[in-house]
Amino acid sequence: MPVNVISTENMTYSYNGVEAINDISFAVKKGDYLGIVGPNGSGKSTLVKNILGILPPQKGFVYLFGQPLSEFRQWNKIGYLPQKLSSLNSHFPGTVYEIAGLGLWDQNSENLDTALNLMGVGHLSSRLIGELSYGEQQRVMLARALVSRPELLILDEPTTALDPETRDIFYALTEELNRLQDTTIVLVTHDIGVIGKYARQLLYLDKKTVFTGTFEDFCNSAAMTGLFGPMSQHIICHQHNGRGNNK
Amino acid sequence: MELGEIFRYEFVQRALLAGVFIAAVSSILGVFLVLRRLSLIGDGLAHITFGSVAMVLLIGLSPLYVTLAALPLVMLSSLAIFQLTRSKRIRGDAAIGIVSSIGIALGIILSSLSGGYNVDLLSYLFGNILTVTQTELALSLIIFLFVAAAVIFLYRDLFAVTFDEELAKSMGIKTNRINIILLLLTAVTAVLAMKITGIMLVSAMLILPPVTALQLSLSFRMTIFAAVGFSVLAVISGIIVSFVLNLPAGGTIVMFNAALLLIVFSAKIFLRLQRQF
Repeated sequence: MPVNVISTENMTYSYNGVEAINDISFAVKKGDYLGIVGPNGSGKSTLVKNILGILPPQKGFVYLFGQPLSEFRQWNKIGYLPQKLSSLNSHFPGTVYEIAGLGLWDQNSENLDTALNLMGVGHLSSRLIGELSYGEQQRVMLARALVSRPELLILDEPTTALDPETRDIFYALTEELNRLQDTTIVLVTHDIGVIGKYARQLLYLDKKTVFTGTFEDFCNSAAMTGLFGPMSQHIICHQHNGRGNNK
Repeated sequence: MELGEIFRYEFVQRALLAGVFIAAVSSILGVFLVLRRLSLIGDGLAHITFGSVAMVLLIGLSPLYVTLAALPLVMLSSLAIFQLTRSKRIRGDAAIGIVSSIGIALGIILSSLSGGYNVDLLSYLFGNILTVTQTELALSLIIFLFVAAAVIFLYRDLFAVTFDEELAKSMGIKTNRINIILLLLTAVTAVLAMKITGIMLVSAMLILPPVTALQLSLSFRMTIFAAVGFSVLAVISGIIVSFVLNLPAGGTIVMFNAALLLIVFSAKIFLRLQRQF
């Protein structure tokens, strides 16, 4: 029986007594493209931080590639792009090349160049990260997430700083990675349209699980009409059906 | 006196060697501390060193062992700062301020109990690198080798934690362990640096060379090398000039560091203006 890439059981987390997520259980299989969606403050980023051990869950369990979070050591299998860097200052003396290789012992220059070129920032490799625009920094961070050729890619609001053209290229790339290399993708966004276009599985979060299942099931559920209204159901689900399913 | 003549004195040789080792160590650690906005930790730990030295002198230990005796107390204090910061109820700067105040208050009380500010205590407050002992020189070399090895061995983790602690955690890096190692190494360095610049100016050794190097907009690795270069240059120049002009070595070294920052900063502004016009 194949092992789930991510599996959570009754995961709960609160900040100083204020509940962020409560009793979240779901599983992501290898090759899935899961979209996590929900309004602002619904606990999407907290959920991701719990999964990655940045904020270890206060209750419940997380398993990565079948191993409990506390015992998991194969972090090079995971590429992560945070919503924003918590502490980057504009005078940080790291070059794009150094940042793309962040956290890697084996800094294969070919992989670094490939990832940077793929994200269109190869020509900036000797520039300091703090000198770049926010959009360029985001592309460098995307390249960093891809450079170790991860089996699981977790992207937390990855395209907020990108222009529409780069955003489309980026999502097409994630779809390609998922389809051709069987990379499991977890995409966090508040944009249900993006989920409809690219993801096959969906977890709708509002501190608790509102819906979990395939996108098609979501389209036919009462949750969809309740949350977005009948018109948005038609637009989003039509868009999803229009892209076809290549898997 | 000819310049070459001063290098014949054994105490000058010891001072230069110990100065170079401590300059290198403090500037390497300083790069990580400055970028993580922990610059003032040197100040806090130096104040704790003051309290520890006063306690050691009150007990009546030989000044030869002051450095060794103060080490465990200052290292424990650095762990206290870490614990206070981790609680998230106290900000990092406030945690440093709390431990720092306790250290200096303890120092004032203990030095009063031991009959006021005697020569030994004053020599630690304002530094006297020309009195570096063989034991302190050996300690400087050991800490230099230890820090160099730690930075080489933990470079990947230190760089990641310095860049973004949350991102580093997502890579499986034990960030708490890295933070504790960085603080302990800084504590040891602060104790050793007090003999060079004095307790009052220890933080200058941790802050000024990295800030000067950061003005050059180099890569991370090259910033570390540049900080070491500036720090060593200031220490050697400071020791020589202070000896020749009979000035306090600690203050002279810090003034050289400040002068280097001013020169680099001015050159940077000049080049920027030249590009604009």
